[in-house]
Amino acid sequence: MDKRSLLDLLRRDARESVDDIARQLGADAEAVAAALDELEADGVVRGYQAVVDWDRVADEHVRAQVEVDVELDRETGYEEIATRIARFPEVATLRLVSGDYDFFIEVEGESMHDVSNFVSERIAPIPEVTKTVTHFVMDSYKEEGIELGDGDDDDRLSVSP
Amino acid sequence: MTFGDHLSERVEQVPPSGIRRFFELAEEVDDVISLGVGEPDFSAPWAARTAAIDSLERGKTSYTSNRGMRELREAISERVTRYGQEYDPEDEIIVTTGASEAVDLAFRAFVDQGDVVAIPQPSYISYTPGALFAGGEPLPVPTHAEDEFKLTPEALEAAGADEADVLVLCYPNNPTGAVMTDDELADVAEFVREHDLIVLSDEIYADLRYEDDHASIATHPGMRERTIVFNGFSKAYAMTGLRLGYAMGPPEAIDAMNKVHQYAMLSAPTTAQYAALEALRSCDDAVEEMVSEYDRRRRFVLARFEEMGMDCFEAKGAFYVFPEVPDGDDEAFAEGLLEEQNVALVPGSVFGSGGEGHLRVSYATSMKELRVAMNRIEAYVTGT
Repeated sequence: MDKRSLLDLLRRDARESVDDIARQLGADAEAVAAALDELEADGVVRGYQAVVDWDRVADEHVRAQVEVDVELDRETGYEEIATRIARFPEVATLRLVSGDYDFFIEVEGESMHDVSNFVSERIAPIPEVTKTVTHFVMDSYKEEGIELGDGDDDDRLSVSP
Repeated sequence: MTFGDHLSERVEQVPPSGIRRFFELAEEVDDVISLGVGEPDFSAPWAARTAAIDSLERGKTSYTSNRGMRELREAISERVTRYGQEYDPEDEIIVTTGASEAVDLAFRAFVDQGDVVAIPQPSYISYTPGALFAGGEPLPVPTHAEDEFKLTPEALEAAGADEADVLVLCYPNNPTGAVMTDDELADVAEFVREHDLIVLSDEIYADLRYEDDHASIATHPGMRERTIVFNGFSKAYAMTGLRLGYAMGPPEAIDAMNKVHQYAMLSAPTTAQYAALEALRSCDDAVEEMVSEYDRRRRFVLARFEEMGMDCFEAKGAFYVFPEVPDGDDEAFAEGLLEEQNVALVPGSVFGSGGEGHLRVSYATSMKELRVAMNRIEAYVTGT
């Protein structure tokens, strides 16, 4: 069972049935199920989520990208700070990045107020945090490799040589 | 006066295309899922499209050299080394308006009145009319399901192709998805040399092979001097509508083709040539991704036919599989399937002798649609 092919396929469509995955990979269903279990057990696959175009959902949904600068000391490293930030359910994504700032955080909430409150009351006060810059997401055009436009119609001839 | 009285015999002798009839039938059905499409469901890679746009912005809208832009011919020359082919961009390559134009040029350049053109069947629908338009006499060479629709010296012998002047090859094959290995081509090459034929080898699906690398007859001993190779950007780069292909062969052959081309076409579309150049330079990854997607679908479709008990040899190229119709009547099957289940595909008999009793199933459509289409075919076959 080639796990890389299995991952490629899941990244395209994680909702495919085990049977359909098996057909596409030319493997048998038991082998696919076993490989999936293994990927999950090893922590390679951490979950399966829908890619949502929030503009098309009636409920208010606000996202912001937050740049965070920190100052480390002898007792505290990136790891410790990250663990503390990651625990907040409002934090959807947390990454240590190279460049002008240290952490990149994606925060989700129901209103701009929620999100800015969260940043000023939960993130900024962390002793090691020296600076935050919050960017609210105004529009999104592509998520997880999927374009959020109206898509292109298939305008090919229905039957052609 | 009516033009009907003035049609040339060459045109009149060619019957209307059977694919056209199915297209018209399919157009009448609402919500049809089509497995009858002979072109990719992807768009051309974005890098290639932007190169075309850039060229327009820079005002590159004049003719190019008859044989195509020098840079493009150089890039093609470099590209085909991966198939073991070596052609000089100076005088052994011509860029054409689709590989289709290149095939037509070859018929017009190398076929004399009454020359016999051997065409393995089932085959892409343009070769026979192309040979007829040029005044040639098409000789069908049936290939068979039990040979996985590969061409064999025995099949050539049985059809009387030893008397032919020209042999057309198309592997990977439309409509069957058949491929030929180097060894199998060696046997054909021996036949060709022995009976002194020339070969027109349409390799437009060269990059769409799923089990092994592309093999070309032109790389066999004594074959380069008697072979024209056709290739293009339509299939691998999903650029069908940009109409760009090329032919490669010995200088005197390309010269002759260029003679026809310069009067009939002048040069291939300039915008498309810029797209093609970028495609060769930077779109290998995009092609690789499309190829793995086709391969997943191919396995899926083959597995589904096996599950529903329809015999289907393991096609290893292009984006077609060619299953057998349970009761043998491919036209009735295709019409019934369209009527009852809204799934369009092309009956094999459209592609000539040897195709009857089979269906061309194109998997150039999304997995989502394929899944539904295969369920509907299953329902039709089991009568539920």
